Amino acid sequence: MAINNSNKSKLIYTFLAWTIGGLIFFPILWTLITSFKTEAEAISSSPSLFMFDWTLENYADVLSRSPYFTHFWNSIVISLGSSILGLLIAIPAAWSMAFVQTKRTKNLLMWMLSTKMLPPVGVLIPIYLVFRDFGLLDTKLGLVIVMTLINLPIMVWMLYTYFREIPNEILEASRMDGATIGEEIFHVLLPIALPGIASTLLLNVILAWNEAFWTLILTAANAAPLTAFIASYSSPEGLFYAKLSAASAMAIVPILILGWFSQKQLVRGLSFGAVK
Amino acid sequence: MGSITLKQVTKSFGDVNVIKPIDLEIRDGEFIVFVGPSGCGKSTLLRMIAGLEDTTSGCIDIDGQDATHTPPAKRGLAMVFQSYALYPHMSVRNNIAFPLKRAKVSEDEIEKKIANAAKILNLGDYLDRKPGQLSGGQRQRVAIGRAIVRQPSAFLFDEPLSNLDASLRVNMRLEISELHKSLATTMIYVTHDQVEAMTMADRIAVFNAGIIEQVGTPLELYNKPVNKFVAGFIGSPKMNFIDVDSADNDPTACLGVRPEHLEISRDKGMWAGKVGVIEHLGSETFLHVQVENCGTFTVKAGGDCDVNYGESIYLSVAPEKILHFDAAGITLSKDQTSGLTAVG
Repeated sequence: MAINNSNKSKLIYTFLAWTIGGLIFFPILWTLITSFKTEAEAISSSPSLFMFDWTLENYADVLSRSPYFTHFWNSIVISLGSSILGLLIAIPAAWSMAFVQTKRTKNLLMWMLSTKMLPPVGVLIPIYLVFRDFGLLDTKLGLVIVMTLINLPIMVWMLYTYFREIPNEILEASRMDGATIGEEIFHVLLPIALPGIASTLLLNVILAWNEAFWTLILTAANAAPLTAFIASYSSPEGLFYAKLSAASAMAIVPILILGWFSQKQLVRGLSFGAVK
Repeated sequence: MGSITLKQVTKSFGDVNVIKPIDLEIRDGEFIVFVGPSGCGKSTLLRMIAGLEDTTSGCIDIDGQDATHTPPAKRGLAMVFQSYALYPHMSVRNNIAFPLKRAKVSEDEIEKKIANAAKILNLGDYLDRKPGQLSGGQRQRVAIGRAIVRQPSAFLFDEPLSNLDASLRVNMRLEISELHKSLATTMIYVTHDQVEAMTMADRIAVFNAGIIEQVGTPLELYNKPVNKFVAGFIGSPKMNFIDVDSADNDPTACLGVRPEHLEISRDKGMWAGKVGVIEHLGSETFLHVQVENCGTFTVKAGGDCDVNYGESIYLSVAPEKILHFDAAGITLSKDQTSGLTAVG
């Protein structure tokens, strides 16, 4: 029986989508599999995908050698802390940009976005010196501050896009009804924009969780999050692929699970305004 | 109390003057309608009265107090928006209670006021629903309910019926008029629909390009428009205008004849014309008659009008029903004109 054209193209697209998805997921899959191999199998010249002796010894090793849960806790504090602090600053900022626009609001938004295009290493020295002088090196507070600053432009932009979708008349109605600016934001704007705020929070938790440049440079032991934990398994003692993979797996699994459960929210958040 | 006085009020956005100096006195308990074409500044003026737009210059007095720079909530006014502007995340009950909670009214009092508003507006069955579960008319009632409970000194309506379908619009029009009668509170109502304006208003202010052309009762505006703009805007179908060459001592440059004042005859009349499109509305008929040298006339005839497309007919009008305008479009009084100017 002949397959009609639309079914054929559906098949091709499905195949393409799975191939691209597979390619993107492959490194993560490889890391997960390698974490269950012995070091010898991990560096073998003819690596096997599934046919090897599965072992948990890398996980046991990693857990005994490093304080995984301290790093895990640091990651949670830094990513959640910076996202919440960022929201506290970004919500009023986005409110004013969306509802009390001036001639220069657009320029300000573009300028904020442009800071994301600056290579971080360009401000490395001043930030390092400021942190040193204020005693913020290797502190969770220091990292919360730096992560907040790094992700603030994205948060403001995302919230701004969300707020722009809310009819101004609803906020004006609340003003007529006697709401102060605080009440207007708290009782009217935030509940309406809750899905947008949730996806902004989620995305920023993920970004902060994965951020490696500043976390590696500004921390040593006390405030080091999971990115530093992974890095500690590379280089000086030689490369231990299996242990590095086990450490990586332990670092990415929590955020992978969070991402999996919140993917609907995230996709909606990222595509908001683009498709309605 | 609910008197509002505008003194030389203006509004500019950059170099653009949207409201040129306006003086207007709105009396306590009056139903005044701001009417005009899109972009004439009527909504902007309403928002300035509400306090949602700054006033560039001039003075807005509410109940004798200068309120030009008073924040919206402190003006004692309530506004009903075109889009209803209900809080989508709150139930009808909480929507209505919102202004009362902001004013720190006691829970008992809030319940009493909600019950009262629900009774007046027939919302009793919907109090626990969210706005998304209501029809357009019900939403509009909730918006009005939210305005009523504040017991404002004046209600401001910004094109509140334009999102409703035609039959619902007629019902809501009646409801708002009844509400005005029962509350006896000042109402300022903005619309571009002159039928709404004519049927609801105690007085109408006709806006054009940032100024008020005329303020008066609906019949004053219909019978004695001060200029061509008001004459053309008030009345449906629109007034017919005929450009004329006048005698030397007569300043008339244009005549205005309302479609309902034109009489049809098959034998004789002031203008000869050919019937074009005929619109039967049941109780009445609109004829579009092509008159040589004068353009198309709209004629409002009875429902039983039996003329046919393409037929030659004559039109005439009682001379006292003709309005005369000078070259600037200003209405001329009878003694300014020399009888019936030669027409056609």
